[in-house]
Amino acid sequence: MTAAFLYGAAGLLLFALGLWSLLVHEPLLRKLIAFNIMGSGVFHLFIAVAHRSDGSTPDPVPHALVLTGIVVAVSATALALALNSRLEEADAKASSTKTTPTGAPEPSKTARTGLPDPSTNGANRLRWPSQ
Amino acid sequence: MISNSLILPIVLPLLGALLVVALPRKMPMLGALAALATSGSGLWVTAQTWLQADLGIVLGGWGLPLGIGLAADGLSAAFLAMSSLVGLGTSIYAIGYFAGSERCNHFWPLWFLLWASLNGVFLAADLFNLYVMLELLGLSAAALGALTGSRAAVEANLRYLLVGLLGSITYLLGVALLYAGYGTLDIGLLSERIQPSPLAAGALVLMIAGLALKAALFPMHFWLPPAHANAPAPVSALLSGLVVTAAFYILLRIASGLFAPVETPGWAGLLGILGAISVLWGGLQALRQDRLKMVVAYSTVSQVGYGFLLFPLTLAGSAAASYAWNGAVYFALAHAVAKAAAFLAVGALMHQIGHDRLQEMTGAAWRSPFILMAFAMASLSLMGLPPSAGFVAKWMLLKSALLSGHWGYGMVIVGGGILAMAYLFRVLEITMRAPPEGWSRLPIPKGLAFPAMVLAVTAVLLGVFSDLPLRLLQVGPVVGDWGRFAP
Repeated sequence: MTAAFLYGAAGLLLFALGLWSLLVHEPLLRKLIAFNIMGSGVFHLFIAVAHRSDGSTPDPVPHALVLTGIVVAVSATALALALNSRLEEADAKASSTKTTPTGAPEPSKTARTGLPDPSTNGANRLRWPSQ
Repeated sequence: MISNSLILPIVLPLLGALLVVALPRKMPMLGALAALATSGSGLWVTAQTWLQADLGIVLGGWGLPLGIGLAADGLSAAFLAMSSLVGLGTSIYAIGYFAGSERCNHFWPLWFLLWASLNGVFLAADLFNLYVMLELLGLSAAALGALTGSRAAVEANLRYLLVGLLGSITYLLGVALLYAGYGTLDIGLLSERIQPSPLAAGALVLMIAGLALKAALFPMHFWLPPAHANAPAPVSALLSGLVVTAAFYILLRIASGLFAPVETPGWAGLLGILGAISVLWGGLQALRQDRLKMVVAYSTVSQVGYGFLLFPLTLAGSAAASYAWNGAVYFALAHAVAKAAAFLAVGALMHQIGHDRLQEMTGAAWRSPFILMAFAMASLSLMGLPPSAGFVAKWMLLKSALLSGHWGYGMVIVGGGILAMAYLFRVLEITMRAPPEGWSRLPIPKGLAFPAMVLAVTAVLLGVFSDLPLRLLQVGPVVGDWGRFAP
């Protein structure tokens, strides 16, 4: 079992773990971390592939691919976080205006708008598929 | 032959994005100029491919397999021409749609990024380049879809983003496996080296799974209707018309070209069955919707399924295979133009009446006949009625299914057409009933109505004059020997 083989196998394992977490866990941050772990798994595989058995310097092409992949993953995570913060803003605004001015109780909107119920300690839950 | 104009369709929209961010006051005019330049360069590349056979260039002078190539053969040129037309029409529409609203500050830069990545997808000759362009496409599409900022839109597009990321990271794993096995990612070189082996089969499965997720194949279609229906109208047109088509284009390149020696009837059959289920399921769901935009979004789910029927049909012998391939490609092109026209028409109507609830639209055709006519002509192509492009595509697919004895797929094609007629005629019937008392004409601004009508007429003309595009598709081999473009 060479080091490169173990490294590549670890990468595939990380990919599988990340995939499981992405599909099973609901909070959005969990899903984002899972996606990043999947990405790390794929990058592990690239690094393992770059290893040259005759001891010479490793193949630089997969290293370049990993760098590009890291940049892409970071931008994607940034966009997802930005959208998530917009979602939390909208939820905070909606829950702060929950009672009407006359004090009459608001009809329950959870079913239609899918607002998280207050027991979820603020973590944003993204159901998939929703409704 | 080597051609430097291949970089223009990718560079010009990027420059346009920079310009509109640098000079936001002049955004609509700069946007229009950049859109004209980009679609012009796309059509120029198409014309060059038509006249001179396939083109290629290796960027930076680095030879293959180290360098990254751009290449255009008949398939790329056809998709490039289609995206240039749809992009130009949508840009003109967007000038009118976002006029006076500050949302155009966000639309134009994101739209040009999307266009650059779209052209990059169509012109890429290298699997990793495809990955980068695909990711950029997904990011800008999700950001554009959430443009309205409403909670529903942001949630739907966040889901779209996550699904897209899952798809592309799976695709990247497939790319990594291919590099491990064959040492190159250039499509031309890979197609020479690829052998049936567990590694290639594994890479094929991963890449197809990732791309099918992005192309909304059943059962991975759940993200599409909310994301497309909650976006502003020009964005819905782009998402349904172009983004989904780009994912399907990559599938065409990879599954039917590159991986042809590795394909087994098992995989092809699975994709065909899922495509057939998509067609029927999307159609049935479209019948149940009470928002017009959701009807059109589910229609996209249904139409995407037709393209996947290509895979089992091309494995079945050469006469059926060429009809199937041409039919599926023409279907993707026809659907892109018709769906964009449909979303633009729906958006123009929504812009004036303020909502898209079907039951409250009775008599809309009496009040705004021009825009409903545009929608009806787009529907012609979506249903597959002659002489539209959708009919030509369905005819070829049906012929292929019958020639190869796949009666089941033939029935699915016909059944899907009937379902499309059902859900589209339902919409048209509601709009053509007599409107409630005291109705008045509701004029649609010309800047919105004309692009929709032009695209709808194009969808029909593409059927009448289908000979030229079909001949364009034959230019160059599907997976070309692009290695010969190395300096």
